[in-house]
Amino acid sequence: MITIKDLGFSYGDVPVLKNITMNLEEGRIYGLLGGNGVGKTTLLTLLCGLKKPQLGSIDIDGYAPYDRKPTFLADQYYLSDEVAAMNMKAADYAANYGKFWTGFDMGKFNEVMNVFEVDAQQKMNKMSFGQLKKTYIAFALACNTKYLFMDEPTNGLDIPSKAQFRKAVTRYTREDSVILISTHQVRDLENIIDPIIILDRQDVLLNASVAEVSERLYFDYTSERNPDALYCEMIPGGNIQVYLNQTGEDSKVNLEALFNTVHQHKELIKGIFNK
Amino acid sequence: MEFNGNKSIYLQICDAICERILSGELAPDVRIMSVREYGAEIGVNPNTVMRAYEKLTNDGIIYNKRGIGYFISSDAAETVRASQRKEFLENELPEIIRKMKLLGLSPEECLQVNEK
Repeated sequence: MITIKDLGFSYGDVPVLKNITMNLEEGRIYGLLGGNGVGKTTLLTLLCGLKKPQLGSIDIDGYAPYDRKPTFLADQYYLSDEVAAMNMKAADYAANYGKFWTGFDMGKFNEVMNVFEVDAQQKMNKMSFGQLKKTYIAFALACNTKYLFMDEPTNGLDIPSKAQFRKAVTRYTREDSVILISTHQVRDLENIIDPIIILDRQDVLLNASVAEVSERLYFDYTSERNPDALYCEMIPGGNIQVYLNQTGEDSKVNLEALFNTVHQHKELIKGIFNK
Repeated sequence: MEFNGNKSIYLQICDAICERILSGELAPDVRIMSVREYGAEIGVNPNTVMRAYEKLTNDGIIYNKRGIGYFISSDAAETVRASQRKEFLENELPEIIRKMKLLGLSPEECLQVNEK
């Protein structure tokens, strides 16, 4: 369990995160959404111990990440958006660096590399960006950590790999793991991320499961306009409209529409979800 | 698996399983995939699959053997058929009738075309 309390962080005198309070539970794949520059990457680097909280605290199973205790670091992995093209074969990289993670599984690394169709005997600095990214994703999954933080993992992946990634995130992770994936590519990760966290400048706008969202908001895909809609977007064949769920009927949550609805009605959304 | 429409994903998963029961592919007392296996198979969050399994359990279509997994109930096919008939008669048929009236089609005409 991750407990974040009143977390604050600034770069110089530019505040990025302010008063962030939330809990992340085991067995969940959290999706971290937010506009450019709201601090998604900053939050991830604070969680994995690369940065030190300036205000408030982070507690991960009794550890403060910035203490960087080896037992904590061995059970968590942070996959950065930017990955290093090492001058070595992927298989050698995995064999050498995997040693730092107690649960590292070379067999799993090779399996995921196969699924992604990347040759582990290839040198990393000879790979395309997408192949390199897939190598690091394979490595991240092979580390078998309880905590897995991924920053924009589907950036640079080709079309088949995006589907493979969605499957791999469930197939190759631990049942008790806490996974946090930041993304702008909500379509890449639709159906796999749940709960959804929406971060805004210095604030958490939403931290709710898809079930909770569909309980409170109704996503209407018919062509008839509803005057009470909080959000409306024309799509081929009709509209996506979002309104308060009065009838309790279930609908399919559309993440883009959810994100835009939350952005246009920040206080209202916070009000109906914080009960 | 292709998802579509207005229906939430967990209900679409329920539909897919019910269809495989009706076709006979999933016979009584057959074990279905675990929540995580199925989630990985179709690229969907395991918690969503769990919601689908919970609904199917409540509807008496599958049952849970603690620690072993989920199995198809012995009368699953009848249960599914009964509920889908009800759904068809109450929700789908009125829409078809509305459309037939709009197009001036008689039931006989429709049946004739269908028999060819």
